[in-house]
Amino acid sequence: MKTLLFILQKEFRQILRDKTILAMMLVAPTMQLIILPLAANFEVKNVNVAYIDHDHSSYSQKLENKIASSGYFKIAGSPGSFKEGLELIEYGNADLVLEIPAGFEKNLVRESNQKVNLSVDAINGTKAALGGAYLVQVLADFNSNLDVNIKSPKNQIAAPSAKISVESINWYNPRAEYKYYMVPGILVLLLTMIGGFITALNIVKEKEIGTIEQINVTPIKKWQFILGKLIPFWIVGMIVFTIGLTVMYLVYGIFPTGSLLALYLFAAVYLVALLGLGLLISTFADTQLQAMFIAYFFMMIFMLMSGFFTSVDSMPDWARTMSDFTPVTHFIKVVRLIVLKGAGLADVGTELGYLAMFAVVLNGFAIWNYRKTT
Amino acid sequence: MDNNRTNKSSSIEQSSTVNRQLSIECRKLTKQFGAFKAVDEISFDVEQGEIFGFLGANGAGKTTAMRILCGLSYPTSGQATVAGFDVYKQQESIKKNIGYMSQKFSLYDNLTILENIEFYGGVYGVSRPDIKTRSNKLITTLGLEKEAKKLVGELPLGWKQKLAFSVAIFHRPKIVFLDEPTGGVDPVTRRQFWDMIYEAAADGITVFVTTHYMDEAEYCNRISVMVDGRVEALDSPANLKNKFNTDTMDDVFYQLARGAKRMDN
Repeated sequence: MKTLLFILQKEFRQILRDKTILAMMLVAPTMQLIILPLAANFEVKNVNVAYIDHDHSSYSQKLENKIASSGYFKIAGSPGSFKEGLELIEYGNADLVLEIPAGFEKNLVRESNQKVNLSVDAINGTKAALGGAYLVQVLADFNSNLDVNIKSPKNQIAAPSAKISVESINWYNPRAEYKYYMVPGILVLLLTMIGGFITALNIVKEKEIGTIEQINVTPIKKWQFILGKLIPFWIVGMIVFTIGLTVMYLVYGIFPTGSLLALYLFAAVYLVALLGLGLLISTFADTQLQAMFIAYFFMMIFMLMSGFFTSVDSMPDWARTMSDFTPVTHFIKVVRLIVLKGAGLADVGTELGYLAMFAVVLNGFAIWNYRKTT
Repeated sequence: MDNNRTNKSSSIEQSSTVNRQLSIECRKLTKQFGAFKAVDEISFDVEQGEIFGFLGANGAGKTTAMRILCGLSYPTSGQATVAGFDVYKQQESIKKNIGYMSQKFSLYDNLTILENIEFYGGVYGVSRPDIKTRSNKLITTLGLEKEAKKLVGELPLGWKQKLAFSVAIFHRPKIVFLDEPTGGVDPVTRRQFWDMIYEAAADGITVFVTTHYMDEAEYCNRISVMVDGRVEALDSPANLKNKFNTDTMDDVFYQLARGAKRMDN
């Protein structure tokens, strides 16, 4: 126990002395939490439309105005031909080309039927799919409000067509704002970085400068060394988590609706699991560069598989299984549940079990793999 | 070879007659990496309080052998005890009783002199009051009063090495292992460094030291010379010079090492 105290004293002295790392650990997360949610926004806005009007009628003019005033689209140009429109897409100036053929108004009025051509740049999949869908909605709306349809004698004779209108309400996030979805997720990623990266780098640094050999030749026991490394970064992690929650409240006005205690309990267990991962990485890597790359590899998988960016439910089965084996998945889920939905400890017991399992397995493996004598 | 063997056994007899304790006993100690025998059946004894020079060209296997004796590495075969503890099973007991100064400088650059002493003293189980009195004394002896609260990284190399040695024997171990402790250090500091080694030996600490400087080899009570993983000679510097018919340790070393097949690591 005394030995452990000496080790902790040394670790804290070193952490507090390294101002760069200290700033990285405390200031960088705050900055990221402030900046990232503003930039990481999945809403599609500012879709550029090339509007080719071969008709030049009052209808085609009305449609153009309606598109431009919808809030999602910008008219990027009015080229004279489809070829010119496609060029706009090729140069990246337009995302969609909408071609209105000659006789648009005439055909609508006389024959109640007219096709238009919509071409989408599908390189940015999300923008293409959502932008295309929005535009189809705008067209449908335009269509139903056309004078010719409303005043059509056919419509007056026929029974008014039944129409289902949907009123939707967004629960837990009334205005469907992305920040509510993103901010808790980013908080989790920050803890992941502290746990996974910094511990790994810290221990591997001792390998690089050779002090680990000096440690290995002392009577320091394996568990003392490992606890001596885990405890300080666990404390740093909890401080960062607290700062994160504060920023979340002060900047975004998000205060956990659920149990704060449950949230901290999860953060505590989660950090132990991630510190175990960092420790495990450090037992394999001999240089900080290796450790960086291994840690980065895991971070990428964690981010993509965790449901931070995309919904886990829409992943294929194999990916969902993989996602279950990613600690980040469970913590992100829980943080969103507790912060937004007001879940208590009883609601998230399974997830706590998962995290505890990760903590035991990762640390166990790391301790087993750390050798004082080779 | 035969000569060396008889010499060695006679020295063991001498030691047993005066009933001096052995610090290190090595019997056919071997470390093999695949087909490569880094250490090839070496056998020797080191008496308590002795300054034992462990010489050899680069790649001869000195560091590997030393790492086994320090409990950092498992031998492949053979026996060895350090301070009476077995190198296979009792590494942790060995570690309590030895000090170690590696080739790489191994104090923490971002801790002060006092903090380094406190940490290493503490993990060897020296009590806090003892740490305080002993480190004050040490700082005065080394003349580092003004630097005591400076970061170790700011010290010149010679001072760092003297400090590292002092830290290695701070917990008063039975044996201290020094792996090329004076590499890159100026002659004056080297001289002072050896004065410190003599003081430690006078206090009863066994000193096991590797070096490339032949003038330093002369300071040792006995030296062994390793060539290609084997101990090719072991005796006092004077006896070795007699045996190889020369006046200098340089020449002894040259005659032994020129047959080496292994080059630099």
